[in-house]
Order: sequence, then structure tokens, then C-alpha cells
Amino acid sequence: MGASKPRLEVSEAELIRRVCQGDQEAFYGLVRPYERAVYVAAVSILNNPADAEEVAQEAVLKAFTHLTEFRAEAKFSTWLIQITINEARSRLRKDRRHLYESIDEPRTDEEGDYSPKDFADWREIPSETLKRDELRNALKRALASLPLKYREVLILRDIQNLSIEETAEILGISEGNVKTRLLRARLQMRDALAPGIDGSWSTGRPEYKKVRPW
Amino acid sequence: MSVIEISCLEVWREISNYVDDDVVPELRARMEAHFKSCAHCKAVLDGTKNVVKLVADGVEYDLPSGFSDRLYRRIKGK
Repeated sequence: MGASKPRLEVSEAELIRRVCQGDQEAFYGLVRPYERAVYVAAVSILNNPADAEEVAQEAVLKAFTHLTEFRAEAKFSTWLIQITINEARSRLRKDRRHLYESIDEPRTDEEGDYSPKDFADWREIPSETLKRDELRNALKRALASLPLKYREVLILRDIQNLSIEETAEILGISEGNVKTRLLRARLQMRDALAPGIDGSWSTGRPEYKKVRPW
Repeated sequence: MSVIEISCLEVWREISNYVDDDVVPELRARMEAHFKSCAHCKAVLDGTKNVVKLVADGVEYDLPSGFSDRLYRRIKGK
């Protein structure tokens, strides 16, 4: 009875080498750990599960056909998500429903300061006090209400837990721009969520407590 | 030794970096002194921290049922 050898983890570099030699199964092994990340990137931009699946799958197939162009010094996951985001953006451009949403990057509006609203006495973490579904839906609505360029940064940083550097690389913007957009995204999320959480959802109070003394 | 005061506007500009622990110690000290005396900025800080936690914990996107199988079939079909 021979001890069966544990299946060794095959490195990404090895999987990539095998795919480039024509092994399609190896490609599935390569993308499988990232399929959720790819889908989340697509759905967060498109706000529609069916479109997101189509775009996510197209992005993966595009990565497959262009794998020989992948530079070994980059991270495969970063490259794959970058392709997905570009595919999702180009789907948005084609989609007339999103004409109002600016995908192209006006640089100037990020220089202005954002003043957080002053209801804002939101001290407790409310996850325990809220119904899970209610919170999930409120979060999704708040996220969907963010302009795309803020939503993308928030998703990559605060949901996918990517670094500032990776986020900048994927979106093709500077690290300073990532930080500025993240600030704006978080403050707008807070302004969108705090009234429900601080007010009617958890306390039943009809008005938000003003904390600014003037 | 007292720290140099900082305005609310400067605090708001840095509040996200503060939450990410991405500010220099000198600025951190000035911001912390400000949070002790400014209820509004303290509330903005608490809210921003809550957002980061809630988004990380609460935003879940379920993969559509059969997503992996369909993806696998498409790769095999290439």
C-alpha cells in the first residue's frame, strides 16, 4: 500500500507555461481562484448580474487568448482584473442606459473638497442591530449610487482588499488619485448610509442628531 | 508639548488615509488632538470607519448559479 503523494500546488508560473503549450485545463486551474474577484469587478461596474457574468466570462477568455502577452513581472490576478474592468467599461460605453454616467476621467473635479454632512453621530457598528438583508440591500444601493470612478476604487480597495499600488495599476491612475477617490467614495458612502443606520433603522428616531454646534 | 492645530477641512482631506494608517506620525497626532475637541470630525471618523467595516463584511455578490461550469465549458470550447 503505497502512501499516495499529496497533490502539490502548481505555481501560477508553471500553469501559465502549460497553458502557453496548449493545455486548456491548466488555464481553468489558473483562473479558478479569481473567478469571484472577476465577477465582483464586473458586477460592481455594471450593476446587473447577467451582464456581469457575460463580461466576466469574456474577460477570462480574452486573458486566455492573450496569455502570451502577460508579463511575468506583473501579478496574474492584477492583469486579469484589469482586463475585466476594461471589458466592463467598454460594455458600459456601448450601453445607452448609462449615457449619464461619466466613464472618462475628468481630472479637475477631484481637486475640490467634499464636505461630509453633519447628521453624522454614527458611533456604533450597526451590523448586529440590523437585519442582514436590509443592510446588504442598503449597501448595494449606496454603492450603486456612487459615480463609477469612486465605485471602482472602493470595490478594489475595500471589498477586494487590493493595495493602493495594485488599484492604481488596474485603473491606470496615480496612487494619489486612488487615495483621493477612495476618500470621496468612503465619505459619500457614509453620507448615503448614516441616515438609515443612525436614524430610522436602529433607533426609530425621526430626525438625525445634529452634532455640529452651530 | 502641544501639537499644532489643524482645521476640519484638512482633517476631512486626510480622514481616509488616517483610517488606512497612511499618515505620518506628526499628522496623526494633530488629527487625534482634533478628534478630541471636534464632535463633528469625530463623527465623520466613526462613520468612515463603519463604512470600511460594513463594505468589507456586508457587500457580498453571489456568483450566479452554474457560473463556474459555464466558464469551464467555454474555456474547453476554445
